[in-house]
Amino acid sequence: MTFEENLERLEQIATSLVRDDLSLEQALTLFEEGIAKLKAASAELTKAEGRVAKLVEKADGVFETVDTDDRG
Amino acid sequence: MKAPGGSPEEALTIAQLTNAAKEVLEGAFPPIWIKGEVSNFTAHRNGHWYFSLRDATAQLSCVVWSRDTKRIPAPPDEGMAVMAHGQLGVYAARGQMQFMVRAMEAEGEGLWRKAYEKTKAALEKDGLLDPSRKRALPRFPRRVAVITSPDGAALHDIISVIQRRNPGVEIIVIAAAVQGETAPDSLVAALDRLARWNDADVVIVGRGGGSREDLWAFNDERVARAIAASPIPTISAVGHEVDFTIADLVADFRAATPSAAAEAAVPVLDDIVAGIRGLGDSIRAAAELRVRDAGFTLRQISRDLGVRSLRSVERRRSRVQQLAARLETLSPLATLARGYAVALNEKGGALPSAAQFKPGMHFAMEMRDGRVHATADDVIVRPAAKPARKGAA
Repeated sequence: MTFEENLERLEQIATSLVRDDLSLEQALTLFEEGIAKLKAASAELTKAEGRVAKLVEKADGVFETVDTDDRG
Repeated sequence: MKAPGGSPEEALTIAQLTNAAKEVLEGAFPPIWIKGEVSNFTAHRNGHWYFSLRDATAQLSCVVWSRDTKRIPAPPDEGMAVMAHGQLGVYAARGQMQFMVRAMEAEGEGLWRKAYEKTKAALEKDGLLDPSRKRALPRFPRRVAVITSPDGAALHDIISVIQRRNPGVEIIVIAAAVQGETAPDSLVAALDRLARWNDADVVIVGRGGGSREDLWAFNDERVARAIAASPIPTISAVGHEVDFTIADLVADFRAATPSAAAEAAVPVLDDIVAGIRGLGDSIRAAAELRVRDAGFTLRQISRDLGVRSLRSVERRRSRVQQLAARLETLSPLATLARGYAVALNEKGGALPSAAQFKPGMHFAMEMRDGRVHATADDVIVRPAAKPARKGAA
């Protein structure tokens, strides 16, 4: 799951949890899933390594990104 | 020696004369701007444009070679007042004076406007300007592609805004020429590379401010179509607030400036962190509420259950008492207590009927306080009473 999908699921869970038609068991299952998504999203945030790179296409059509020293 | 053309013997050929005239004309007039009204415009299938420029009293044949037509935004309309820049010469095959146009402008930016409208109409016809085509930008992009000049101020602005908002976002630069004749091809190639790579979340296409000519590549139909074909959401960022290009119409999001494009593309990291924290808090609170509710319900149920079981014990007890009372009244013991006796055969079975006795038969009498063994002396059976007729009470 991507970061964005994780967050979307987390929002769904938050909405579902305040609904009344859930059993306690369903609610707790959702809560556990929510906590897992929360951890995944937070981990994803700290994992991010910002960089500025150039997209290079080699003769055989393979792409690679090459870091530049341009830091804005 | 006689001068060329000075006598019938020295007559010049037509080619010699027109070539000489051409040299004289070209020598006399450097490239210049002229102005007039367009008439008899023809775009020939060989790619060249032919027309006349005229005013009230004179007219001049003009030609735009096909390679030069690319520098002119759009073919002029019939009767349009234009300024043309070029070289006066001679078209030998027709013996005509001819003006070779290299550049052309119309009053009130007429040609630019015309080209813009023409491209817009073509895109509109193919549904590429339909607002329903516009895609939402990703809410949390991790990798932003930027198609622009590698040494323009626009790239510098975009990088610094993105790094300020979220230093974790990766920026992938795809260099392209953003002005001049090569710009459209270069932009299309960059968009095509990005589409084939297809590993970014969003793309910013643009450049900083400039003259109308500088920005013209962003009004190019091919560039517009390449933007429309992008597999990832597109943000256009061309020039300043006031500059509105075809690329802006076709992109998923139009940013007024490159910096604004960076802001639109990348949310502030602290906001994301706060958002995630808020979501975590709200699901924790919701779950806690659930558990508390469930605990409350559980206590309520157990209380109800206690009350109910207490009640059911009481109900049973009173039922037992009622039954016991009924049993008491029905019990033969009660009858015996009142002074009656019951006759029993040798096996202990009750003998309620005289017909069950025979003279000399041994039987027992169960009394209130004991048993008496006896022998029957005489047996008199009363004839049975006629059963009451049905219906007669």
